[in-house]
Formats: sequence, structure tokens, C-alpha cells
Amino acid sequence: MLYAFLCYHAEDVVFSWSQEEDDAVMAKLDVVHQKLAKAGKMGPALRLLPTTAATTVRKSEDPPLIIDGPFAETKEQLLGFYVLDCEDLDEALSIARELGKANPGGAYEIRPVRLFLPGGAVGGSE
Amino acid sequence: MSDLAWIEAALTGARPQAMAALLRYFRDLDLAEEAFQEACLRALSKWPQNGPPRDPAAWLILVGRNAALDRVRRRARDAALPPEDQISDLEDAEAAVAERLDGGHYRDDVLRLLFICCHPDLPKTQQIALALRVVSGLSVVEIARAFLVSEAAMEQRITRAKRKVAGANVPFEAPGAVERAERLGAVAAMIYLVFNEGYSAPDGPGGARGGLCDEAIRLARLLLRLFPAEPEIMGLAALMLLQHARMAARFDEAGAVVLLEDQDRRLWSRDMIAEGLALIDKAARHSAPGPYQAQAAIAALHARAQRPEDTDWRQIDLIYGALERMAPSPVVTLNRAVARAKVAGPAAGLVMIEPLEASLAGYFHFHGARGALLLQLGRRKEAREAFDRAISLANTPAEAAHIRAHLDRLMSEAQAAG
Repeated sequence: MLYAFLCYHAEDVVFSWSQEEDDAVMAKLDVVHQKLAKAGKMGPALRLLPTTAATTVRKSEDPPLIIDGPFAETKEQLLGFYVLDCEDLDEALSIARELGKANPGGAYEIRPVRLFLPGGAVGGSE
Repeated sequence: MSDLAWIEAALTGARPQAMAALLRYFRDLDLAEEAFQEACLRALSKWPQNGPPRDPAAWLILVGRNAALDRVRRRARDAALPPEDQISDLEDAEAAVAERLDGGHYRDDVLRLLFICCHPDLPKTQQIALALRVVSGLSVVEIARAFLVSEAAMEQRITRAKRKVAGANVPFEAPGAVERAERLGAVAAMIYLVFNEGYSAPDGPGGARGGLCDEAIRLARLLLRLFPAEPEIMGLAALMLLQHARMAARFDEAGAVVLLEDQDRRLWSRDMIAEGLALIDKAARHSAPGPYQAQAAIAALHARAQRPEDTDWRQIDLIYGALERMAPSPVVTLNRAVARAKVAGPAAGLVMIEPLEASLAGYFHFHGARGALLLQLGRRKEAREAFDRAISLANTPAEAAHIRAHLDRLMSEAQAAG
């Protein structure tokens, strides 16, 4: 079974870390990542830019409503996510509209990725 | 991170919201600061055992408010209480705090707190000092170090600033749309002042100055979380991120300025550049250009160039042209002249620069840029005079050292030629 681990933390705290503090946390995480990679358990992992860099496409509206900032509603739950290679925000928004046509309702929060660790192939085991 | 480090980071993060709300209760900066201080002390003793609360700001507001009220009541035996109507929102504080869990309610409180720090009667240095003390919570010692003044002098500066804003009577009602926009503009300018204070010089002892850039960026992100759809605030955040991204490459080991075209671009922070570019993208969608967005767009063109020769100077010249129309200033024209010189040659740049002499005669960068163009045109004697003027006007040793390097090269070339 593949599991997705969704990382939550207080943004104003994490983005107040000094470079040294940030590096220290990343180094400690890397030790765990290496161990997981050796065991063939490490799939892709990513770190996102802050929510101030986010744009939300509310696709319950037609045409979809584009809102600056993160997804802030509590009625809907996180059901999945994509990682897509987009030229810029415009392209990301047009892809979101296309996906939204195929699956209306809910919203996409579009967040630029700060760090992408591709990881290895996972899911071969039972 | 250790428990203590995490708690300190959480206290710093919650400070603007908590201070803003406490100021609204007490309508007095000193009382609000005391209340926050008291709440922090209790957090340091309670949080390690109980774990941090889910909403640190709400916890600090409630605890700080109660602690300060106790203190006010104790003092009341000796001195008269402020009129009851000046201590507002005292009833049903629990409910008020619960309501405030929704971050949106902090919006105007935080904006007011920031706005009080940039009251137009305050000189710019006092605005920065007050914001760093009240909003960011830097100690007087830290601020004094960043400004290279004594602790006593800084203490006095902050006290004076507080006295002035106390008499300014900034209204506590929620502002209307126009007033809110005006406050945002003033606060943005103040945040950019904080940034420039840190940007203008290499790190002093303890990295005090570079810290001011980080602090300004933190304040801009805070403002953007509260006002997520303001393109100029996106532009301001982007501008600072894109400029600060170059920090590691901007000074050599001796502390001298390294010009943009000589910087080792591998030292630029890709994370900050990515965030800055993402914010510019967001701002552009609003089709509401402004001076911060324009300056950020120029910084983005530099950030996008892998090598100096890849820089799109033509586009930079155009954006400076737009900036001249939005926010005319001789400094903008000076920068445009530098871009123009890259596109059309040093003579074209010099033509734009010469008329600025009257307004920029006392400006370091004017003489530095003029000297560099004269040098490119082979007018060595005039170039040397311009560089001499620049050195006499340098604000920092780093600036002077940079111009001196130009002069040394002039001298050695002259000797080789002779």
C-alpha cells in the first residue's frame, strides 16, 4: 500500500527559521530519507513555497473563480494532488480549468514547489 | 529544533497579531507591550509542560490581556484608572478571542499596529526603529546594533517615537476602503525602508543588518496573508525576495560591494527567486501595475539572466520608463540611464544623466554611475573627478572601497600608458 504523508506546520514559524535552523532540520530529515531510500520505500517528496505564493481555482463556479491565496474552506477535504510542470501561473491556471471541466466542484490550490525530491520507484511490493 | 527554540519562534510569529489585538484592548503601546511580555513569560513556563496551544496568538492575547488587567487594577490603588471607555472590549473576552481565531479578524488590527509605526510625523529612522521594536519584537540592543548607535540613544529614539504616536490618535474603528488603501501604502513604504536599512550594508556584528531584510520579508508575507489580493503587496514581497536572493554574492570577503555583473550567480538563492517570480506572476494577473511591481519586474529580469550578458536591458529600459511615469524621481531616471547605456552605448546614458546633476549632486550613486560612463568613453580626467566626488559621498566603507577599486584601475592604466 502506498501512503501519502501530508506535512502540516505553522507557516509563520517555519518561514521565520534562520538559514542555519532550516539547514539543520533538512539535514536531520535527510538522514531519514536516506534510510527510507535504501529500503526502497522513498517515493517523491516535495516542499512547497509559502501560502502567500498560492492561487486557488474554485471550480464549483462556472467559469471557475480564481482567488489569490490558499484554499481556506473547511467544507471540503484534500482528496488528491498533481505535480505538473508548468511554464508559469497562466499555464497552471489553464490546466486547472481543463481538469476542472472534467471534474467540476471543489477547488484546486496551485502552489509552486520549492524543493522536489524525485525519490525512487515505489509500489512494487504488496 | 529544541523546545525552547520552537517556543521562541512561535512567540515571534504570533507577536504582530497578539500585539495588534492587545493594542486594541488597551489603546496604549506600553501597556500592550507589557501585556505581551507577561504572556510570553507565562508561555515559556507553561508550553514546555503542556505543549504549545493550537493558536499561539489567541492564547497570548487572552493571557496577556488578563495579566495586564490585573496590573492595571493593582496600580489603580495608587493612580487613577484610564476612563472605562478607553479600555474597550473587556466583556466576554473569551468569546472575542474565539472569534479572532479566524485570521481575517486580525487584519485591520495588524494593519493599524503597523500604520502607527509609520506615522508621517516620525522621521524615517524612528519609523523603522519603532516597527522593529513593537511589531517585530527586536530588543533595543539588537536595533541599536543594526543602526550602529548606542543602546541609550536607541532607547531614547524609541521612547520619543512612542510619545509622538500616542498623541497622534490613530482611530480604532475599522477603516473604510480608501483609508485602508492609504494605510497599506504607508505600511508598504515603511517595510521597504526596513529592508533597505538592512540591504545597504554588509552584515554588522552578529549579522544584525541582513536580519533586517529577513524581517522585512516576514512582515510583507504577513501583510500578504492578511490582504491576499493586493498586487502591490505581492510586488513589494517579490521585489525584496529577488533583491535579498543576491545577498551571498553582493559583498566580497573584504566587505566591498560586488557589482551585479560581477556577482557569482551560483550564490543567488534559488528559493527566494522562485518565490519572487511566483508572486510577480500572481500580481500580473490583476493588470494593475504599480511601482513595486515594476521594480520587482526589473529585479526578475536580472534574476532570470543566467549570465550578465543574457540580461534583457531593452526590457529593463522600458520598465524604468514606465516607472518614471508612475513614480517620477531623479533616482529612477539615473537607473534608467544605466540601462539605456547598456542598450545604446555610454554616450546615450550620459545624455540622460547630465540633467540630473542639479538634483543628485549630493548622491553617491550619481557620481559613481557618471564616472563609470565617462570611463567607458575614455574621458579619464572627468571620470576621476566623478569618482572622487563619489568617495566623498559614500555612506558605507563598502561603497567607498568599490569606487576606490575603479580609481586604482584608472591609475594603473594611466601608469601603463605613460
